[in-house]
Amino acid sequence: MTVFLHFNRDRCKGCELCVSVCPKHILALDMASTNVKGYHPAGVTDPASCIACASCAKICPDSVISIEKE
Amino acid sequence: MTTVYRKSAGLQDRELHYCPGCSHGIVHKLVAECMEELGLVDTAILVCPVGCSVFAGNYFACDCIEAIHGRAPAVATAVKRTHPDQLVVTYQGDGDLASIGTAEIVHAAMRGEKFTTVFINNAIYGMTGGQMAPTTLLGQRATTAPMGRQKELHGSPIRMAELLSTMDGLAYAERVCVADIPHLNKAKKAIKKAFELQLAGAGFTFVEVLSACPTNWAMTPVEANKWLLENMAAYYPLGVIKEAQA
Ligand SMILES: Cc1ncc(C[n+]2csc(CCOP(=O)(O)OP(=O)(O)O)c2C)c(N)n1
Ligand code: SF4
Ligand code: SF4
Ligand code: SF4
Ligand SMILES: [Mg+2]
Repeated sequence: MTVFLHFNRDRCKGCELCVSVCPKHILALDMASTNVKGYHPAGVTDPASCIACASCAKICPDSVISIEKE
Repeated sequence: MTTVYRKSAGLQDRELHYCPGCSHGIVHKLVAECMEELGLVDTAILVCPVGCSVFAGNYFACDCIEAIHGRAPAVATAVKRTHPDQLVVTYQGDGDLASIGTAEIVHAAMRGEKFTTVFINNAIYGMTGGQMAPTTLLGQRATTAPMGRQKELHGSPIRMAELLSTMDGLAYAERVCVADIPHLNKAKKAIKKAFELQLAGAGFTFVEVLSACPTNWAMTPVEANKWLLENMAAYYPLGVIKEAQA
């Protein structure tokens, strides 16, 4: 299974709720960049470890994350 | 390629104005997903409140009406009585529902109006800058209670789901939260159940969502959800408060 995590980067508000619920601990804010809103956006550090549980996408208040798999 | 998760078609493709990590955005998604899964996006009517969610009508894909502060249950009464076959939902904060609009919600429940209320209890007046709400916890600080809420001075917080459950017209009341994934999943089930009971004509249906206002609580969103589970959920019991037998 390959999982594709898409982040609508400029909608992210850096709240870290996705980071806090990921069971694989593979999400983090990208402290090296800022989006149009001025937040450090969330991203995935180790995409290959993602189990497509969708916890991150479900809890994101701003619908930043969408997930596909094949 | 299969879709595991995408934004619900019950929401428009617009940016939300809510603060980072605010529960309003999460509850919007659950309401929209339930509408979509029941095939009701084109027919549902949402009555929006005054409070931080005053712009909810800009976000949902269904028809929306803006009510004046606290009066969403009165507006929804008229809408549901004239559109009995359509899903009618009010979305209200705790200042809106448990303070200025207490009369409207109590009497709608008493009359057994056949709409659903989604009640966002974040224990504070969010929009106006963190004043004490009737739901603010004892000891919790607010701009109008800088030393924290005191029982002798302000009384104990109001439990709306229990209060409304004393009304024969209320068919179903559940208290939920969206502070972590297991609770979020339960919250979605409760909202869907309330919608299904409404469509079956059961009576007034009520889902109270314990919600985080990280900004006015002066916490990070992650800290706010932890505080909610440890403190709010201890005072406001989660679970089904009432389910009338059909
Ligand atoms: C008639 C009237 N009185 C007072 C106000 C000011 N006001 C706006 S929002 C609000 C409280 C909102 O708190 P709540 O319902 O808890 O919503 P939240 O912002 O916390 O989601 C108040 C008192 C108003 N807009 N109209
Ligand atoms: S889908 Fe699950 S495992 Fe993958 S990043 Fe999101 S929370 Fe982590
Ligand atoms: S939950 Fe959403 S808004 Fe918050 S950090 Fe993650 S992607 Fe960004
Ligand atoms: S003030 Fe509180 S309730 Fe309002 S948008 Fe910000 S976090 Fe949400
Ligand atoms: Mg409030």
